[in-house]
Amino acid sequence: MDVAIIGTGLHPFGRFPGVSAIEMGAVAIRHALADAGVEWRDVEFAFAGSYEVDNPDAVVALMGLTGIPFTDVYNGCATAASALAMAASTIRLGDHRLGIAIGMDKHLPGAFTSDPRLYACPSWYGELGHFITTKFFGMKINKYMDDHGISHETLARVAAKNYRNGSRNENAFRRKPLSEEEILGSPMLNYPLTQYMFCAPDEGAAAVVVCAAEDAPRYTDTPIYLRTTTVRTRRLGAFEVHSPWLPVEQTEGPTVDASRAAFDTAGIGPEDVDVIQLQDTDAGAEVIHLAENGFCRDGDQEALVADGALEIDGTLPVNTDGGLIANGEPIGASGLRQVHELALQLRGRAGERQVPGSPKVGYAQLYGAPGTAGVSILST
Amino acid sequence: MAQTPVAEGVFTWPADDPQLIGSRCAACGITTFPTQDSCPRCAATEMEEQLLGRRGRLWAWTTQDFPPPSPPYAGPTGKDFVPFGVGYVELPGEVKVETRLTVSDPADLESGMEMELVLVPFRTDDEGNEVVTFAFRPVA
Repeated sequence: MDVAIIGTGLHPFGRFPGVSAIEMGAVAIRHALADAGVEWRDVEFAFAGSYEVDNPDAVVALMGLTGIPFTDVYNGCATAASALAMAASTIRLGDHRLGIAIGMDKHLPGAFTSDPRLYACPSWYGELGHFITTKFFGMKINKYMDDHGISHETLARVAAKNYRNGSRNENAFRRKPLSEEEILGSPMLNYPLTQYMFCAPDEGAAAVVVCAAEDAPRYTDTPIYLRTTTVRTRRLGAFEVHSPWLPVEQTEGPTVDASRAAFDTAGIGPEDVDVIQLQDTDAGAEVIHLAENGFCRDGDQEALVADGALEIDGTLPVNTDGGLIANGEPIGASGLRQVHELALQLRGRAGERQVPGSPKVGYAQLYGAPGTAGVSILST
Repeated sequence: MAQTPVAEGVFTWPADDPQLIGSRCAACGITTFPTQDSCPRCAATEMEEQLLGRRGRLWAWTTQDFPPPSPPYAGPTGKDFVPFGVGYVELPGEVKVETRLTVSDPADLESGMEMELVLVPFRTDDEGNEVVTFAFRPVA
């Protein structure tokens, strides 16, 4: 049984004092249901992801206590991909015909942190200041720039592009365009990454209604098909966040593994993709992920970015809604925000940030601690 | 001021030429740092202690220009915070170790440069002891 997406919804991303994550989740659900033309009582099952909320299923108190199977999900930065993957599996297995994947979060400002022992790291690793994700991203792009000839200006151009796209997105957190000079001139956080090259943990919610593909025409004239959502974790030797050590021999990371498996499952290649969402935890991550997901060779990004290929009207439009850099990262919701944007683009409803030429295939990638990646491929 | 290591079992202490303490899988031979009781490659549970080499080459690096969130970070914060370098040093044939670097100016750091292990002051604990940790410095 194939899986269709018939409705998506967002609570805007940003900071919303006095509004709980659960309340934001309910707003996203109502938008997604209205988009699909269904009622909450039609929803047969739900998966909901959050980092900060132990039991996002509490949203039923605001939506209706209908007794459905409702499963809470947490899987690091791939939380939303995992919620969507399980929702899709539920349809594919024939257990239910219509359900919803939900993500919600409300983070405090500042870099994520935790007790290192919860990540199988020793306490001293955290005491020394190593248990922080941002410096991993600094190391990874710094090495990549050395190995493949990527310039600081390219990082600034990528960040500027995402702020510019965010300025066209009424749901984005950061909507003010920033110049490349302002981005390069902002405080250095982890060389070569400056403050404005990083995304920020923030708040928001997103929801996606899925159904059995053969039912989709009942609900919408523009169903989107979820060809796959594939999750992979790091193998020994991958260069990963929160690693006190690495083996001498390096292997490819979970994004590469998830991407290859997803393309294989979907029977689609990178050349078929019309609009792309990549995990831009920082501008360098977007640059690296473009190659890790098969959209270019290592080092090609320098010319692609300079030529505007990643812009909305370019040959490889990336993060058309501003990505994480403009939207921030409410972990549980982030990946469903990507799917929401892809659905808008594939349905031709993205307004002033619409990719021209009626895009037919969309691609979304998530990556993060502790070395987990998720890839979703959608098509008309 | 009395000195104390940041944790027991991370490096040999006291020692004139300190070494990091890793472990080696008796079954498949992979080296880990720090020690662990089971193998991350073959899942065997027989691991032997292995003292690691003191020199290697810088494989990846960045700078930590702002105080990491505290906790878990226990070092100086606020006006006492001093940016530090951080990177992976590849110890030939053994392991890449994530480590503090003694220099933090990007102009002084380059991938592939030769590095050696040193112990450096990290913070002062509640009893007034100087807590020391391992770091790598460029070989002059």
